[in-house]
Amino acid sequence: MLIRALKSREMILALAIAILIGLIAMQFPGFIAPDNLADAFNDTSPLIILALGQMIVILTRCIDLSVAANLALTGMLVAMINTQFPALPIPVLITIAIAAGTVMGAINGLLTWKLDIPPIVVTLGTMTIYRGLIFLLSEGQWINAHEMSDSFKALPRHEFLSLPLLSWIAIAITLAFIVLVARTPLGRAFYAVGGNPNAAVYAGIDVGRTQFLAFTLCGALAGLTGYLWVSRYAVAYVDIAGGFELDVVAACVIGGISIAGGVGTVIGAFLGAIFLGVIKNALPVIGISPFAQLAISGAAIIIAVAFNARSSRRKGRLILKHEEAVG
Amino acid sequence: MTLNQSASALSQPQPVMAISNVSKSFPGVKALNQVSLELYAGEVTALIGENGAGKSTMVKVLTGIYQPDEGEIQLNGVKTTFHSAHAAANAGITAIHQETVLFDELSVAENIFLGNAPKGRFGLISTSTMRQQARALLQRVNANINPDTPLRELGIANKHLVAVARALSVDSKVVIMDEPTAALSLKEIEELYTLINQLKQEGKAILFISHKFEEIFAIADRYAVYRDGEMAGSGHIDTASQQELVNMMVGRPVDQVFPPRQPTHGKALLRVEGYSHPTEFANISFTLKQGEILGFYGLVGAGRTEFMQSLFGITKHTAGKVFIDAEEIEINTPGQAIARGIVYVPEDRGHHGTISNTPIFHNVSLPSLGKTLKRKLLNPPAELSLTRTFTERLELRAAALDQQVNKLSGGNQQKVVISKWLATEPRIIILDEPTKGIDIGSKAAVHQFTAELAAKGMAVILVSSEIPEIIGMSDRTIVMRDGRICAELSKPEMTPEALVQAAAGITHA
Amino acid sequence: MSSQTETNLPTIPDHLKPRWYRLVASWESMLLVVAVVIFIINSFASPYFLDPWNLSDATFNFTEKALIAFAMALLIISGEIDLSVASIIALVSTAIGFAAQLGAGVPMLVVIGITVGLLCGAFNGLLVTGLGLPSIVVTIGTMSLFRGISYMVLGDQAYTDYPAELSYFGQGYVWWVISFELLLFLVTAIIFGVLLHKTSFGRAVTIIGNNATGALFSGIRVGRVKFILFLLTGLMSAIAAICLTSRLGSTRPSIAFGWELEIITIVVLGGVNILGGSGSIAGVFIASFVLGMVTFGFGLLNVPGIVMSIFVGLLLISVIALPRLWTKYSGNK
Repeated sequence: MLIRALKSREMILALAIAILIGLIAMQFPGFIAPDNLADAFNDTSPLIILALGQMIVILTRCIDLSVAANLALTGMLVAMINTQFPALPIPVLITIAIAAGTVMGAINGLLTWKLDIPPIVVTLGTMTIYRGLIFLLSEGQWINAHEMSDSFKALPRHEFLSLPLLSWIAIAITLAFIVLVARTPLGRAFYAVGGNPNAAVYAGIDVGRTQFLAFTLCGALAGLTGYLWVSRYAVAYVDIAGGFELDVVAACVIGGISIAGGVGTVIGAFLGAIFLGVIKNALPVIGISPFAQLAISGAAIIIAVAFNARSSRRKGRLILKHEEAVG
Repeated sequence: MTLNQSASALSQPQPVMAISNVSKSFPGVKALNQVSLELYAGEVTALIGENGAGKSTMVKVLTGIYQPDEGEIQLNGVKTTFHSAHAAANAGITAIHQETVLFDELSVAENIFLGNAPKGRFGLISTSTMRQQARALLQRVNANINPDTPLRELGIANKHLVAVARALSVDSKVVIMDEPTAALSLKEIEELYTLINQLKQEGKAILFISHKFEEIFAIADRYAVYRDGEMAGSGHIDTASQQELVNMMVGRPVDQVFPPRQPTHGKALLRVEGYSHPTEFANISFTLKQGEILGFYGLVGAGRTEFMQSLFGITKHTAGKVFIDAEEIEINTPGQAIARGIVYVPEDRGHHGTISNTPIFHNVSLPSLGKTLKRKLLNPPAELSLTRTFTERLELRAAALDQQVNKLSGGNQQKVVISKWLATEPRIIILDEPTKGIDIGSKAAVHQFTAELAAKGMAVILVSSEIPEIIGMSDRTIVMRDGRICAELSKPEMTPEALVQAAAGITHA
Repeated sequence: MSSQTETNLPTIPDHLKPRWYRLVASWESMLLVVAVVIFIINSFASPYFLDPWNLSDATFNFTEKALIAFAMALLIISGEIDLSVASIIALVSTAIGFAAQLGAGVPMLVVIGITVGLLCGAFNGLLVTGLGLPSIVVTIGTMSLFRGISYMVLGDQAYTDYPAELSYFGQGYVWWVISFELLLFLVTAIIFGVLLHKTSFGRAVTIIGNNATGALFSGIRVGRVKFILFLLTGLMSAIAAICLTSRLGSTRPSIAFGWELEIITIVVLGGVNILGGSGSIAGVFIASFVLGMVTFGFGLLNVPGIVMSIFVGLLLISVIALPRLWTKYSGNK
């Protein structure tokens, strides 16, 4: 099973990442110092979490462009609650963040499920609405480090086995997703709905409801990331994680999640995020302007989607071959 | 087991599932009108009817995908309604479709247990139990398949076995098999029969949908015939003859359907030499004369449609030549084919033939827009009059010429497609299953019109899987098998036996 | 109408409903009413609104977006979408800014801008029609790529040195209160209206959006039509970029950020089916006025831009949602 899972795109991607790291390390050996790699992984953790949420949405033939706005709005929300009520325990704040993210994801899901509006339109709309709400909520003000309580900021940095908690959360969610996708009926339903919606109906799966749950789960993860992001960078304002939804989609596409639905693995999404993370962290090391990152993400999306399309091009009925096999 | 006992205990068996007087309408069509169906434990009921008779609508009612407008569904004598496909699945109703019911990206075991996987610790799917049970189920259907294989790696016959294993896994009471033999070889069909017998032994009620009479007589215990969404008859299969069933299906004796013809062939119009494609067909050569109707017969998947679409420029060919009036031409796009007077009435009318959400006259004028332009701009009055010329000739029935095509019946939609091509003044018309899924009246009109076109000197290629249509209409028939021409039969040689033997590759000893 | 056929079939009429009915019962008429209402509300909201110069100023709120919306409408009707339009603006603006730094004159800047826009459109079109990739992903990718190149060139810098004559495109007036942009908008509307509704190309666009395979089987060169539409969208983005750069007098990589949303909203509000297959230029024309008027009205009320974007987002969703809700709950099930 493990061999089959790693045989295909995931293996190629893992290899590409290894080669990439190797090339960088040849010029800048410091890049593969354990501390640096741990830092790079920690930086990539939010992307990993969001990519996993996005993955299940894309599996069901949808897309969620509102994840970054969701993240920013929940981040602002919990930061403001923290400044108002510094005594409120962090687990409560995390619960609020997840709840707020879930609601926003559920709104996307409901509009897609109940009103049959194309997901791209729904989330393009909610993306700006959520972003705008941050402005209404904060009146355009920033919340800076000194306004946040220490425990608020400390949680994601808390080290455990020399990795920050943020990294551990990303690892835990990845493992949870492996179980979710492989071992729960819902996880299988994501594949069924995206792979063959007509047949999914016959198997007793409610397509719309499954898409709704994917959006909701994706929203919950975005909410959680909202808290993690704001506490880690210790700042909240309207534009945090602006355009990050494109990185998330890029990570999925690079990880071999087919935009047509039904195809993709947790490992793939994870590696897709790592790939982007390595590039992002390598740019300053090898002396390329960080402004190049957006263009690199874009190029990576296009190359990945073209590559995936080539490898999964539909074949004909193979009538002649059929005859050879018989005869 | 309990089902078997209860079935044998009662002298007058009660149906496991009884549908009575069910109706279902869609905008513009009454798909089902007061039809009934009874399914008995341990018995196979064959549902018979032409395309468009309402069989697939009934399957969707049975599986909870459609809710009937009126009528009643009883399960073991208790009135039930299926609000969703999920409810029907839970009630023990399983459908096995040709290809649609399974998921390529999931493993065989996951396909079998999708929706009701065995749970282990923490309520998670237990993959080991699932694999074990899958292996056992696959053994029960004599399938030698590894449960971990991704489904996409299996052939169609094995996919069927997986679907059957799935039906066994949910302990279904009712198993619906919707044209299960469509893509199977003779040997695989035999194996399917064994399986169906096994399902019967286990007390399942089986609904078997097919339009092949030999299969129906081989496997069914009962039959129900639908015609144009209405009940045309039902009963025990041993009390019915094939002729009776055919009459019920079509509503009138079949041999009257075809128009009389006195074919007069002109000079050779089209010549194809060695047309080939890397995977779909090879070495297709023939000549077509003016005024001739040339039949193309073969089993589903013999490569006829693939070849025709290539001749029309949709798919590329890798080798071969086409000549019109002895002049070699190049066809790489449909536009080139149309310009040379070759047009193609496709088999898949909904996807390839009509542009269904647009007005009739937009459809008809589409390839001839150039002729209707006024100072290079669109000119709707000219489009309308062009449309009128051809739709009236074909006796189209519609509320208005700007009515949307999808509001018309299948037969009238086909008339729109044919009008569209006649408006281009073609010389060669390829009809791919032109009467599939249309009502008897339109069928006769299409046949009549085809004969008229040939009489006026047009060359016709008629691709059909219906033997009566091939024999009744064509002057000569080419039979294809596995992507190659395997026989050419002249009018006197065309008998049902000869066609079937050639198509199936049976040689005389 | 007078043709007597031998058969007893009644003659099929040309149209189901008379022309006036089709006109009155259209989305465009409803939209026109909305436009008039908003106009009246605005004129009550501010005494300055009805001033001709004020009205003329108001048009700058939408003319550049509307230029792209016309091309986007055709693209969406054909069943594709281009999310990279705002990024094309950024790239075009950066390209002409770069050329202006090197001392290029206005004609040269226009040529460069339009060339870059066409290249961007061709790149999108090639990926979609040549490789058969879904336009949503392709243009999400190029959305990052095109703007990313601007960021690579400019970083946190800006181009501000433009020849004085360039300002005519975004700030010049043709006659009285009629700005160059307004005239360009009107002319473009007419050109696209004719293209979509009066030419066989436009008919092909609609047919492809309804059933691309069916169109192919009818002899339409589907790939070619779609490629041309991506080119057109690139071209219109370039023209909008020239106007915008001229109006702002500067180029930053964040220029026109988020415009794709407003442009798609205009198209959808104009009655174009987001799934393709139907729509009219008249609808898009009126919709761009409606959105422009609302923006201007919000401006009069001192509502910040980002709040305006909430409204745009809500509008986009509700314009699609309301008709669906209506059919769902009007017993039509």
